[in-house]
Amino acid sequence: MTRSLARGILAGAIACGLLGFGAVQAAAKDSLTLAMPLEPPHLDPTAGAAAAIDEVVYANIFEGLTRIDSSGTVQPALAESWSVSGDGLTYTFALRSGVTFHDGTGLDSGDVKFSLDRAMAEDSTNAQKGLFGAIAEVAAPDAGTVVITLKQPAGNLLFNLGWGDAVIVAPESAGTNKSQPVGTGPFAFERWVKGDRVEMVRNDSYWGRPAKLAKATIKIIPDPAAATAAMLAGDIDAYANFPAPEALAQFEADPRFKVVIGSTEGETILAINNARGPLSDLRVRRALSHAVDRQAVIDGAMFGYGTPIGTHFAPHHPAYVDLTASYAYDPAKAKALLAEAGYAEGLKLSLKLPPPSYARRGGEIIAAQLAAVGVETEISQVEWAQWLEQVFRGTDYDLTIVSHTEPMDIGIYGRETYYFNYQDADFKALMAKLNATVDEGARYGLLADAQKKLSDDAVNVFLFQLAKHGVWNKDVIGLWENSPVQANDLTAVYWQ
Amino acid sequence: MALFVLQRLAALVVTLLVASLVVFLVMEVLPGDPAAIMLGVNAREDTLAALRAEMGLDKPALERYLIWVGGLLTGDLGRSYTYGVTVWELVGERIGLSLPLALIAIVLSTALAIPLGVLAAAKRNKAADVGVMGFTQLGIAIPNFWFAMLLILLFAVYWRVLPAGGFAGWDAGFWPALQTLLLPAVALALPQAAILARVTRSSVLETLGEDYVRTARAKGLSRRAALWRHAVRNALIPVVTIMGLQFSFLLAGTIIIENVFYLPGLGRLIFQAIAQRDLIVVKDLVILLAASVVVVNFLVDLLYAVLDPRLRGARHGL
Repeated sequence: MTRSLARGILAGAIACGLLGFGAVQAAAKDSLTLAMPLEPPHLDPTAGAAAAIDEVVYANIFEGLTRIDSSGTVQPALAESWSVSGDGLTYTFALRSGVTFHDGTGLDSGDVKFSLDRAMAEDSTNAQKGLFGAIAEVAAPDAGTVVITLKQPAGNLLFNLGWGDAVIVAPESAGTNKSQPVGTGPFAFERWVKGDRVEMVRNDSYWGRPAKLAKATIKIIPDPAAATAAMLAGDIDAYANFPAPEALAQFEADPRFKVVIGSTEGETILAINNARGPLSDLRVRRALSHAVDRQAVIDGAMFGYGTPIGTHFAPHHPAYVDLTASYAYDPAKAKALLAEAGYAEGLKLSLKLPPPSYARRGGEIIAAQLAAVGVETEISQVEWAQWLEQVFRGTDYDLTIVSHTEPMDIGIYGRETYYFNYQDADFKALMAKLNATVDEGARYGLLADAQKKLSDDAVNVFLFQLAKHGVWNKDVIGLWENSPVQANDLTAVYWQ
Repeated sequence: MALFVLQRLAALVVTLLVASLVVFLVMEVLPGDPAAIMLGVNAREDTLAALRAEMGLDKPALERYLIWVGGLLTGDLGRSYTYGVTVWELVGERIGLSLPLALIAIVLSTALAIPLGVLAAAKRNKAADVGVMGFTQLGIAIPNFWFAMLLILLFAVYWRVLPAGGFAGWDAGFWPALQTLLLPAVALALPQAAILARVTRSSVLETLGEDYVRTARAKGLSRRAALWRHAVRNALIPVVTIMGLQFSFLLAGTIIIENVFYLPGLGRLIFQAIAQRDLIVVKDLVILLAASVVVVNFLVDLLYAVLDPRLRGARHGL
């Protein structure tokens, strides 16, 4: 009796196990649940700066004339091919034929002209309006051709057109894209349960290679502890950029998951107000650069994830120059430089820290390192809203820590007004030359010069490139390891 | 009774008017430009100006206050800066989570607390009382986010019978939606139940010592009958007061639990709106919550009258 009962229970358990196993396998095959920490405020990438918008819709729902692939290079998208005139002022794009928006309307050059004109317009609320700054006119000579005329040569135009802020929208749906996005991408928007998730389904009439997933859900989980639990419980399949590096060891130890450490476009810097008293002295800025032990900051604040940088440039970019040796950690030298500048008795500076953990945790470590060379810092923790107002717009700060996450953003050092208050005619001339250069090799040379210039001038203390901590189910293939643009491109994702 | 209702309504209007003024002024002095937050660090000055004009932020403060209060009076709460949808729509979505969650939590906590509190009072200083008091001590002492994480580890990670968080939405079906609310409701209910049980116990103990209970016993009522018919009923007034306060708290004061279970409720909406300087949402939500507190208090007052016939004709003190 007991034996048969035990056998019955065992058989039942096996059957249940098999059934359960089978059910999970079948259900999981062509749908994916991806989580991210911040909810997009809306879903129109042409009307907001929030990275979360692009992380949901870019390449999945919306596409531009060009797209940026996982290695950061420009690929054709809605434009099948293009040609550039000899003077670099006229770009002629041949549009792909047979492209339809998710609402069934066809794409033609009129939509492209509409989208770009809308982004450049007087009353445009495009957060990256500067991307289109060089464009003089957009013309649509026939349905399949778009001609962009520039005011001055812009070597990065094709890259700029691949940003989420430059995607092509239809005039009929442009007004409602915030809540009901209609694009041309491999996934069509299905619904948005605000605060919880965005659901999209495969677009069966996609012009290119169809997506392998039939359905993708992007779930919003802001709290790191909740994200860990959801991952362990199997509620989510992937977390493209896990918010808590301290939890990664737990996933590495678990055979169900894969931990993939990639790189982002986030140059994390201790920004210096170059116009402020002692900080306008190059020797003081160099002293600060020598006083900071980058590896200690990475180990202490980021649990060892992150690559030290010596200038404002992403280490994975082919034009990167490794300048980390220029300001090796050397407290004695820092002290000597400070003494030379007349601050032998020390210095008192303010340090404003925005909410991300790289800033809050990194700030404490850097404050201790600076104190060791006699620079006393007064730390104040600010919210993003305050940071934008006080530091970014008001430049009322001495030091701050922030990660500049836009791709290829070295040009910010050449702006007329920017919160570093770095004004250097030579650097501006370099940027102008770079903008006027289309040839890739020549551009790389200029970019190298620009990187060296920033390092020589010790404009900021360049800390590290922010890592991307991906955690996903070991059977999920095709998620991006790095993020050269703010995106979760699900086009090629499938289950093994 | 009519005068009493009128008095309460007048108080309600004055409270809300004062609240609207305070909220508006606080939002005025709060640093941070909503347009700058929405457009980020690469926005150009002309783009920011265009957005400010679109949101009506370029008008003088008094005009904006009047527009806002006028909108409130006509039921037009305006449009969220960040989401681009009407505030009613946002509140409508979130209330579909927050209201049921608060109701389930309050039902659970009441169902647990009142029997326990009465039991403890009836068995004063006996084992049952000591047990209940120990349990309530624990319930008050344990932080609810920690208890919530414990529940997640047990039910979602270890047994895998309930989801670790999120909200399925009512259109996904009643059971899946309810499933996602169960753990948060338990996590919310436990500390509330602990408080409520203590209030019930002390309140029942007080009434047990009253003359009318002794009289009832003298008239031959059993201990049990005297307890339930006379002591408990009269002990309920402070209990109902606490429940009213708890309900208002549960409706929006659950930010921590909403974070642990990543639930899109009213608490998180208000928290996000503050961080993103979605000022119109913050202002509207605070006013709506102030209104809900006032209304719940009003209902609690009415409930007193039901519970205590002596208060029905009373005009003083209420």
